[in-house]
Amino acid sequence: MPSDESRVELALELLNVSKFFGDLAALKEVHLRFEPGDSVLIYGPNGAGKTTLLRILATLARPSEGRVFFNGRDLRRDPAPAKSRIGFVSHATFLYGELSARENLRFAGTLFGVSGVEKRIREALELFALLDRADEPVRKLSRGLQQRASLARAFLHDPDFLLLDEPFTGLDAASAENLRAILKGLPERGKAVVFSTHDFEQGASIARRLVALDRGRVKYDGPLSHAPLGALRIARGAGRTKDA
Amino acid sequence: MGNKTFPLTLHLLLTLVWVFVALYMIFQYAPEETTMGEVQRIFYIHVSSAWTAFLAYFLVFVGSVGYLWKRAPFADDLAQASSEVGLVFCTCVLVTGPLWAKPVWGIWWTWDARLTSTFVLWLLFIAYLMLRSYVLNPGRTEVMAAVVGIIGFVDVPIVYMSIRWWRTQHPQPVIAGGEGSGLDAAMWITLLVTWGAFLCLFSYLLRQRLWLAEGRREARRLRQGLALQTSRE
Amino acid sequence: MRNLRIVGAIFAKDLRVEWRHRETLVSMCVFGLLMVFLFNFAFEPAGEEALRLLPGLLWIAFAFAGILGFNRSAAAELENSCLEGMALAPIDPGLIYLGKMLANLFFLLIAEAVVVFAVSLWYNFSFLPSIKWFALTVFLGTLGYVAVGTIFGAVSANTRMREVMLPVLQFPVAVPVFIAGIEATTGALRGSPPAEYASWLRLLIGFSVVFLVLSYLLFEYVLEE
Repeated sequence: MPSDESRVELALELLNVSKFFGDLAALKEVHLRFEPGDSVLIYGPNGAGKTTLLRILATLARPSEGRVFFNGRDLRRDPAPAKSRIGFVSHATFLYGELSARENLRFAGTLFGVSGVEKRIREALELFALLDRADEPVRKLSRGLQQRASLARAFLHDPDFLLLDEPFTGLDAASAENLRAILKGLPERGKAVVFSTHDFEQGASIARRLVALDRGRVKYDGPLSHAPLGALRIARGAGRTKDA
Repeated sequence: MGNKTFPLTLHLLLTLVWVFVALYMIFQYAPEETTMGEVQRIFYIHVSSAWTAFLAYFLVFVGSVGYLWKRAPFADDLAQASSEVGLVFCTCVLVTGPLWAKPVWGIWWTWDARLTSTFVLWLLFIAYLMLRSYVLNPGRTEVMAAVVGIIGFVDVPIVYMSIRWWRTQHPQPVIAGGEGSGLDAAMWITLLVTWGAFLCLFSYLLRQRLWLAEGRREARRLRQGLALQTSRE
Repeated sequence: MRNLRIVGAIFAKDLRVEWRHRETLVSMCVFGLLMVFLFNFAFEPAGEEALRLLPGLLWIAFAFAGILGFNRSAAAELENSCLEGMALAPIDPGLIYLGKMLANLFFLLIAEAVVVFAVSLWYNFSFLPSIKWFALTVFLGTLGYVAVGTIFGAVSANTRMREVMLPVLQFPVAVPVFIAGIEATTGALRGSPPAEYASWLRLLIGFSVVFLVLSYLLFEYVLEE
């Protein structure tokens, strides 16, 4: 049916995914679906499996059980179409310390097959206010600046799905506000934003949907505004919020 | 599948019988070698161990390929088990070598084609087993080991060939006295029977090791199932 | 072709990163020189004896310099998870292997050239009469060595005791390279007709082809988590 066809397009989906590290189950029987236009906060206590979830979505890790689908196709068979549409930001910056931000972006641009790469690089650097420090070796930059360079790298190939693992860590107030505004505007442009953060208020100000994780299991997946108290308790228990 | 096949106790019995027959043949049936005397009889054990060790590494290869292709846990068990049992047989070759060489030639060791190749094989087994222990993220062990197992096995014939060519250019005392060539018919039969006994022993030890691996996997499966149970509402 | 550009980009990136400080390259050269220096206490290299021992010496120095290079090349990708950064890209993982292999090859050849120069100076041995065949031999042997060293470097980087793990993996597997390399080098330095050691060169070519292809195919499994 036509409507189903368009639904299948460009969806990133986890079907009954579990991930084990030895005997430890980091993710348990997770069913999730993300589509362009989604704005999702992944929240939960430390060790809930947020990073594992994002890494599996980003194709960096394979599920122990279950499947991951992109565009209706199993990622295990052919991850390339997914990779070109996904941008991932993590604790690690994926940047070569000896190279400048510009050189790092140029390299990423070649790997991701970005056309008009110099223009895209300038745009990405501008977006994260890095133009004036773009030609220094990355290792000379502060943690916050490195994080911004890492964000620029993720945005470079204009991905449809942006997966961000605690992207606000290390950012000063101005940069955090800048990122917040960027992430908030993405769904309107037809992108999907899926991110985790320790600051629930901040996350709630961006996302419309909440996925609450606890000990590897999805406890709630739905609109942030309708989140039941139980899910919010988990969410709030994990971070510092003003309410008790 | 596992329970219906040849029971382990019967296998053990067959092994003991076969080994006994082989030992009898080695000491009673096979003729005494003209120049080396009684010590030469170790040759049957030495060569049989070598062939078995190489077969073991082939099984490491099969298991490695099988695991990368099908992700079947049994394939990884096979690779791991073969490497452990194979190491034992490989060590046997390297021990019987000097035991033979010293009384006959007065030297403990010679870098002839077979001993050198077997020593490289021994190093490959060690490297494979070391890798399995040292991988930082245990979940990646099987895949990493499979990569190393495949590369190692593809290398084995190249190593063997290069060492043989090298030795034809720079000959050394050969312990075998010419593998295969110049062997009495009775010696051939003894060798084959002995190799059969070793294969029987190898397969028995392999099955024991596989049984242990399967048990461990089952235990892990249960623990993981338990981990999934908790926090399920 | 896009794949060629990607390999080129990875190769260029490795060169550029190294060029900023040249630490690895310098260490490789220094290490090679130190080995040659120590060897001179082992024997008096004059004439025929030199011809007998030099090939072995050279290849041992090359081998250890190479190990150093592979370790550091792999370690450089662990910092900031850069290897994962490349894995995120929609490229064939084997291309990452090829790019890094070419970079390792480039640096090891440079270090080898430095070692050879030092040997010719310190041992009063001229490589020039046989330079063509000598260079070809060293190149082919190094190619095979690097083909295996690059993937083993990546594997070892995922282990504890990685400095030990790499040689333990590399040396047994590289035995044919040592044998063929030393035999062919001896032939080349003696000025023997190439036909005499051509089979060793063919072995090196065969080894390189086999392990380049195999490593290319298997590299994706080294990236996998």
